[in-house]
Amino acid sequence: MEIAVLLKQVPATESLVEIADDGTAIKTEGINWVMNPYDEMAVEEALQIRDAAGGTVTVFSLGPEKTVEALRTALAMGADTAVRIDTQGTLLDGMATAKVLAGELKKGAFDLIIAGHRAVDDDNFQVGPAVAEFMGIPHISMVIRQEQADGKIRCTRTIDGGTLVLETALPALITTQRGLNEPRYTSLPGIMKAKKKPIDTRALSETGTDPGDPMVETIAMRLPPQRKGGRIIEGDSAADKAAALVRALREETKVI
Amino acid sequence: MSQGILAITEQVDGSFKNISFEVISTGKKIAEKTGGPLTAAVMGAGVDAIARQAAEYGADRILVADHEGLKDGLSDACIQAAAQLMAHVDPAVVVIGATSSGKDIAARLSARLNAPLAMDCVDVRVDGDRVVATRPMYGGKVLADVSLSGFPAIVAIRPRAMEAVAAQGAGEVEKVDIRLDGTTLNLVEKHLETGKIELTEADVVVTGGRGMGGDDFTVVEALAKALGAAVGASRSAVDEGWRPVSDQVGQTGKVVAPNLYIACGVSGAIQHLAGMASSRVVVAINKDPEAPIFAKCDFGIVGDLFDVVPAVTAEIEKLKG
Repeated sequence: MEIAVLLKQVPATESLVEIADDGTAIKTEGINWVMNPYDEMAVEEALQIRDAAGGTVTVFSLGPEKTVEALRTALAMGADTAVRIDTQGTLLDGMATAKVLAGELKKGAFDLIIAGHRAVDDDNFQVGPAVAEFMGIPHISMVIRQEQADGKIRCTRTIDGGTLVLETALPALITTQRGLNEPRYTSLPGIMKAKKKPIDTRALSETGTDPGDPMVETIAMRLPPQRKGGRIIEGDSAADKAAALVRALREETKVI
Repeated sequence: MSQGILAITEQVDGSFKNISFEVISTGKKIAEKTGGPLTAAVMGAGVDAIARQAAEYGADRILVADHEGLKDGLSDACIQAAAQLMAHVDPAVVVIGATSSGKDIAARLSARLNAPLAMDCVDVRVDGDRVVATRPMYGGKVLADVSLSGFPAIVAIRPRAMEAVAAQGAGEVEKVDIRLDGTTLNLVEKHLETGKIELTEADVVVTGGRGMGGDDFTVVEALAKALGAAVGASRSAVDEGWRPVSDQVGQTGKVVAPNLYIACGVSGAIQHLAGMASSRVVVAINKDPEAPIFAKCDFGIVGDLFDVVPAVTAEIEKLKG
C-alpha cells in the first residue's frame, strides 16, 4: 500500500492570537508552530496501515522553509520520505494549494491519500476534497474508522448527529476526524533516524502546476468581541446562588 | 455577468433541515443586492412535495433533481446533481450550508468549477462586483473578511449564523432531469442518534470539563434536559474517555454559538474558549475562583459544581412549574 499524507504546519492551539499591523493576518512572532493536529492523526493512521499491510508512507507539505520541522516530526513518527513544495514566498489559497498538491501526487502512484479534515488555522475544510477532485478520485471526510480489503476502503465517518459507513474503491482520499486514533509521540531514536531521512524539496515554479491567481483574499481580520470578566454571583448557599443566576438569565439577558 | 443566486438545500428524513431556510434567506439577501433571481436547488428522491416550501422563504425558482441515486444524499451524487442544476441557472453566487455534507459538496464543487469558496461563513455581503464573506479562523479566535473573485462565488454558511426569514416567492417546482454517472460512494450503514440535540444546532449548551472528575455526567445531563440543551465536553473530559469525541467543544472539536452556554467544571483553556466565544450568554460554574473561564463569562458562580448545578436545575424546573 503506497500512502501519501498531506500535512500543514499551524500555530499550536494553545497560541494566543493577535492581529498583525496590516490587519489581514495574525502576528507570527512568538508562535509555536506544530503539525496540524488532524494531520498527526493522518500520519498515525498511515503508519498503522503500512505496518500492517506493507508499503511506504510519503508525507507532503507545501510551505516555507520552517515547514521542514513538521515534516521532520512526521519522519520521526515513522514516515518513510517527505516532500516539501517550497512556496517561494507565494501566498496560495486553499484551491491553489490543492491544485499544486494534486499535481505532485499525480507524479506518484498512491493507493491512499490521507489528510486532516481541516487545518486549525484557516479552518477551510477544503484542501482534502479539492485534491481528490483534481485527481478524479473519491474522498470520504471526517473518518473515525477505516479498513481496506480487495481494493476497497470502508470508512465510518461522522455526520451532523450521527455516523455513516461508506465504501469506495481505491485509490481514494480520506480525511481524519478526532477519534480515529491517538497519534504516537516521537521517540529519541525516531528523531535521530528522521535526521537521516531525505526531504525532497521542490520549488513551486518547477512543479509544472500553475496555481493560478488567488481567488480568495483575506482583506481584514479582527478579534471577535471580547467578553470582559463576568459578574460573580454571590450567595450564602448553592441554592441562593442558583436562584440569583436563574433570575439574571431570565430578567437581564432573557435567554431562558 | 449573471446576477442569479443559487441556494442549495439539504434534507434529513424527508424534511428540509433548518439550514436550508437559512441558505435560501441568505440567498435572498444577496439577490436583493445583485438584482436576483433566487433559485433554490432541491436534490433527493421523492422530494417534490417538500420542494415548494422553498418559495416560503423567497425562492423565485425551484429546481428539483429527483433521482433514486440521490436518496442517501451522498456527496458524490449530490455534487454531480448540483453541477447539472447549476448549468440551468449560471449563478453569480452559490449559497450552501456548511454542514458535514455541505462542506464536502462546496469543496469539490469549487475545485470542479474553478470557483472561489468561502467556508463556514457567519456573514455575507456584496461589495461592488465582489462577494465579501466573514468567517471565523483559528477555531474562532479570529474573524476574517474574505473577498471572492471569480464566478460563481461559493459561500458555505455556518448553521445558526444567519436568520431564516419567511418571504413569499413566486417559485414553482421545476423538475430537472439529471444523470448520475459513475458515482463511487456506497452507503453501507447509517446511524443517527435519535433524540440527541446536535451541539452545533442547539439553543443552549451545557458542557462538563475536567471538574466532572469522571464519566458520571448525570448532573450536567439533568440540567441540559431541564433546558432542552445539548451536552458538550471539554477536551480534557474527552481525552479522559469520559465523553465521546463528538461531544467536544473547542478548536479541535465543535465550534458552538448557542444563546446560552453553561460551562461546568471547565477551566477555560484558550482552545476551548475559541470554540464557544460566539455564544450569546456564557455562564461558568467552577470551584477554582482563579479559573480563566471566569474572565470570559457573563455570569460566574464559584462553587462545587455538584452542589451548584443541581441547584440551578431545580430553579429551572421551578420556573417551568
